[in-house]
Amino acid sequence: MARAVFSSPNAAAAANILVNFAVLHIATWSRKSQFNSALMCFRTAAASRESLKMEPLAVTLLPGEERVIDKDIMYICPFSGPVKGKVFITNYRLYFKSDPSVTLNVPLGAIGRVEKMGGASSRGENSYGLDITCKDMRNLRFALKQEGHSRRDIFDILFRYAFPLSHGLLLFAYLSQEKYEENGWSVYKPMEEFRRQGLPTDKWRITFINDNYELCDTYPTILVVPFKATEEDLRKVSTFRSRGRIPVLSWIHRENQAVICRCSQPLVGMSGKRNKDDERYLEVIREANGTAKLTIYDARPSVNAVANKATGGGYEGDDTYQNAELVFLDIHNIHVMRESLKKLKDIVYPNVEESHWLSSLESTHWLEHIKLVLSGAIQVADKISGGNSVVVHCSDGWDRTAQLTSLAMLMLDSHYRTLRGFQVLLEKEWISFGHKFASRIGHGDKNHADQDRSPIFVQFIDCVWQMTKQFPTAFEFNERLLMTILDHLFSCRFGTFLYNCESARDTNEVRSKTVSLWSLVNSDSTSYLNPFYTPESSRVLYPVASMRHLELWVTYYIRWNPRIRQQQQSPVEQRYMELLALRDEYLKKLEELQLTDSSPNSSHLSNSSASNAASPTQHINHLHTPF
Amino acid sequence: MLSSLGSAGGKSAKPSFVSYVTPEEIKSEKEPSRKEKHPDLLPGEVVFCSASTVLKYTQDDLSQRGVFGVLLCTNFRVSFVSDEAPTEEMLFKNKLYGENDIPLSCVDNIYGDKRKLITGGLVKNKYPSKMIIHCKDLRVFQFSLSFSKEEDAKKIFQGIVHHCLEPKSLRCLFAFSYCENTSYPGSYSYCREHLVSSRSLGFLLFPVYFIVPKNVSDEDLTKYQGKGLPMWCWSHHSGCALFKTASIPLVQEDNVPQTYMEKMLTAVAHNHLYSVKTEDLSDTLPTVQDILLSYNRFKQFFLIDNTTEFWMSDMKWFSSLDNCGWLDIIRQCLQKAVEVVESLEKENTNVLIMEEGGSDLCCVVSSLVQLMLDPYYRTLLGFQSLVQKEWVAGGHAFLDRSNHLHLKDKVESPVFLLFLECVWQLQQQHGPAFQFSETYLTVLSDSIHVPVFTTFLFNNDGHRDSLLRAESPHTQRSPLNCPTVWDWSVQFDCKAQDLFTNPLYTEKPKQDTSVRKSYRPRHLRQLSLPSSAFKTPPKKGFFKDEADNLKKILGVKRLSRWMLSPSSDSPQTSSSVREFYEAWQTKPLDYHGLLLPCLDGPSIRVWMQRYLRWIHDVQILGGGPVAMLSKVSEILGEVQELQRQLDRHGCTLTSNHKGARPRAKTAAAVIAARSSVRLSSSFPFVTSRNWSFKPAIPTSLLQSLMVTGMAGNLADREDDGGPESLV
Repeated sequence: MARAVFSSPNAAAAANILVNFAVLHIATWSRKSQFNSALMCFRTAAASRESLKMEPLAVTLLPGEERVIDKDIMYICPFSGPVKGKVFITNYRLYFKSDPSVTLNVPLGAIGRVEKMGGASSRGENSYGLDITCKDMRNLRFALKQEGHSRRDIFDILFRYAFPLSHGLLLFAYLSQEKYEENGWSVYKPMEEFRRQGLPTDKWRITFINDNYELCDTYPTILVVPFKATEEDLRKVSTFRSRGRIPVLSWIHRENQAVICRCSQPLVGMSGKRNKDDERYLEVIREANGTAKLTIYDARPSVNAVANKATGGGYEGDDTYQNAELVFLDIHNIHVMRESLKKLKDIVYPNVEESHWLSSLESTHWLEHIKLVLSGAIQVADKISGGNSVVVHCSDGWDRTAQLTSLAMLMLDSHYRTLRGFQVLLEKEWISFGHKFASRIGHGDKNHADQDRSPIFVQFIDCVWQMTKQFPTAFEFNERLLMTILDHLFSCRFGTFLYNCESARDTNEVRSKTVSLWSLVNSDSTSYLNPFYTPESSRVLYPVASMRHLELWVTYYIRWNPRIRQQQQSPVEQRYMELLALRDEYLKKLEELQLTDSSPNSSHLSNSSASNAASPTQHINHLHTPF
Repeated sequence: MLSSLGSAGGKSAKPSFVSYVTPEEIKSEKEPSRKEKHPDLLPGEVVFCSASTVLKYTQDDLSQRGVFGVLLCTNFRVSFVSDEAPTEEMLFKNKLYGENDIPLSCVDNIYGDKRKLITGGLVKNKYPSKMIIHCKDLRVFQFSLSFSKEEDAKKIFQGIVHHCLEPKSLRCLFAFSYCENTSYPGSYSYCREHLVSSRSLGFLLFPVYFIVPKNVSDEDLTKYQGKGLPMWCWSHHSGCALFKTASIPLVQEDNVPQTYMEKMLTAVAHNHLYSVKTEDLSDTLPTVQDILLSYNRFKQFFLIDNTTEFWMSDMKWFSSLDNCGWLDIIRQCLQKAVEVVESLEKENTNVLIMEEGGSDLCCVVSSLVQLMLDPYYRTLLGFQSLVQKEWVAGGHAFLDRSNHLHLKDKVESPVFLLFLECVWQLQQQHGPAFQFSETYLTVLSDSIHVPVFTTFLFNNDGHRDSLLRAESPHTQRSPLNCPTVWDWSVQFDCKAQDLFTNPLYTEKPKQDTSVRKSYRPRHLRQLSLPSSAFKTPPKKGFFKDEADNLKKILGVKRLSRWMLSPSSDSPQTSSSVREFYEAWQTKPLDYHGLLLPCLDGPSIRVWMQRYLRWIHDVQILGGGPVAMLSKVSEILGEVQELQRQLDRHGCTLTSNHKGARPRAKTAAAVIAARSSVRLSSSFPFVTSRNWSFKPAIPTSLLQSLMVTGMAGNLADREDDGGPESLV
């Protein structure tokens, strides 16, 4: 029922792990010993080695993954009732298997909360056990025998390994020994990406002022700023922007030179402070391509923007910023989004709300928020297409701002709709510009009620999914990529989404000590490709941000429900692949026939068939010409 | 001139309209035609009145922009002919009416100034300056009459209201004058297959196509007094069958119905000991009035004459949709059909569905059951014969239900549309199982309101027969020949008709059937027909094993044969349906086998193509499902071309290739479309050639966004959870 949420690592490595278990174990052991919990680790590791002899595990362990405990347990399946089976806990996952083919494969990173259910004296069948809340839209309940504190060891182990950072342990990404052909850390090189955009220009320059994260500790080291602005100007502006997140260029339109700039709110405060440097800085941005009026998109509802003045923030007033117009996009904050997704989970898990499904869906407001984010991004993209530069911010400029700029860039720039380009987009707008992944997801942290947690990135991926739904031929990647990204957003198997910003990643040596998610993806890129992809480079995609066209991403949010048919391939895709194969086969046959016939008119065809041996994703149009 | 009518005989070239109107009609027409344009009139079409310098607003309202032209009312349509040069030919052009034409029966409501609903009979000497016409195919037209001559404006307004809204006689419907003036080739015989196959099976066939067993005497039949006779619909390969009837009393002394039913069962069922389950549809399904009420609320969401209002309503879209109940009615019908399928397939009981009149929801449920069980009905030809069998011959009162005549005492209700909606749900869940496309269903739903086709103009076969006979110009000879809706060439040329086939559909791969049949029973056409020659023990059902069947055969007593189904409100039924669905779902999906719909909330959806096609603001330019399907069609075209090439080389292809010799010809049409026009989500109904690429930006977002309860407090807070940042 539970699908393996990740593809198997490369086969050779997987085979090695079983053979070399002891060797690897020693290697990881030496690392672990730095921590106080060494003794505990030793005991459990020893136990796991013992059980390994007893029973082979049905799932292939990852290199660096170790078994910690096995236990006979009852899984209270919400769909098919209680099932007896065995649970295996490793330092990476919880794996459950029962004889009649119920399996669960849950990366520990996806676990948000572990609780004891019932007590030793609880009455009723299966009332004593564990209750696990996951970040990926499911809950798991296990029941154990009531005698002899049978759940104590498993609870303790689960609690430790699911929340390693709260227990002084390392995240699994630092223990993983996975090797891939591709190095995902080389996917995004800021200089290369800016060069692709045609930067620097005579109006925009690249600055290294933040090389040591001194200007802004949550920004990347390489920034693009107006040519006219000096380093001194930047420093002055940074004092007037929340957390020093000054307006910097995210994207430039090749033809009309209109730019998307991102930043945080100005520190206007109750007294309505002004800052001449900030005002002049925005003026310089406006002048760069002769935009008559610079549009500032404040992602927040205006009420919230006003309220922020009380805490020293605020928004750009009409009177102070002469040539700018301010537009509020009415997107709510992280707390609203968190509650919204929580409500959504309530109506889809374990069972889909039966009566008044649509009204229930509406009452979660989830799609409404999606609509607002999308329509905000459409407005940004539309302004840019019209040749006007824009500045986008919210409060701190790392949640809603990232959503808006990256979605607008996805609409405007077809490069970001390719498999590699999309990775660059995430690396750039989300990871390098300091979306607080660690705080929003709570990697390895036991504090499940942390108010900083919020599914902002999930919401963004949902927006992307809505776009791929509306434009099924415009994206090179498929739904599977989006699902994989979300799975590893939580899993802690890769370093990609760890930590809040680049400076923290540097300190923790993420790039050298962990594997990038893009290593996994790019080593097996064919399974993330959309066969219908038709590149159209100069096209701006405007999705329709109407509730009429927005739909719940059923295959993600309701994927644990067995009633939702999980198709590996959509029927349309399946049919398409069949036809592609058939076409290749016929072409081959025809070529053979023509070789034997050697008829003079058919030379054209045999030429074309040669090129058709290429992969099905490379679409070849020459066959339209009548023979 | 008129001699050409006789000599034409067949339907060779499409005759020009002039040949078919009487001289005086020509006279009356020719006068205005000198100064005014008018559309190419159809044979038998007569212009009643017209007005020039009428302004037709373009759909983006408020701007008050539009085009001037002539508005006409004929005996077939309301037509607007623009003064400007005609736009380019549309790919998907209807030959009977154009994009600015509204067949009279297609007019739903007319609104005057200040959106006041105009009703027939009340129109005196006044006329509104602005007239809004809502069409049954969901188009919306807005005309301004204030620039026309007062006399003309009054005349056209009153003419339109009179001909569109006021009661009229059936003879006034355009079909009659159209058919008198066309020489339409012989009538279409739909159920040849049924006739032939059933005749050999021990049934008497009544002239109006219903089947009763041979051993039923005429006396038995007359006791029904023409009402409530149970009719055989379909036989499952296990031997049990589906019947439908108008409500009959079941428990009765010396009960005739049961005697008849017994005879019927003896004739139909392979094993007549099977029990009979009766389902009274009126117990559980909504009434025809409920259906109308719900649909009327539902359609309002799509009849948009004001984009601001449209965007205002967007935020409340889901709950509005929920409250109108239309999707729920669809779900209930599908659920009932699944229950019947379960009885036939899993329990192997005969099922008798009944309802007052026996020709509304009985038709919906029985046709859905057959569609789910029998892959034949998912082909173009099969679907057509299903509609003919269950709806046309089954006596669905098309005339009353569509209320073309605007008679007060008739119950209008979109029952047939409801059926098409259910089919669409099945189709969008299991695309490759259907030979016909979504476009086919949409066009079929539009055709109900084109008063040309005999299919939808009558209440039953007898009605049709007597009227066509009476209206025939040559009384001694054959009845009037009218086209059926199935003759698609009346409406569309070949290229457009290509869009009716589903490129995902593959015919069932031919296999070594002798081997396969022995272990996996199939829903083959032959098996689903009652056959007295078919003496082998009942085939294994999808879920049953042989032992179960034997038990049933031995254990069931005649007395216990009649079972009233438990009330479907009980949770038991719905959980049983759920189990049935889940058991089916775990099996590998066979598109040529049993097909069940998922009834969960997210699975029942709005038929976007039909309902959103005319709304400019929600067109996905360059997107929509068609973007993907057209790529499939493209490759299909290439494969077909390659097959032809190989054929020319004399290479015989093995037949086990899926997609080999597909009948789908979709490719050419879509490729042609791609080259000239940007596809959009409303393909093929609207082509996006002239549209601006400006995105639609929802207006008034803030006002309508309501964040309630706890979220309300959260909304005021700052993004970071720390206490210092709380407002």
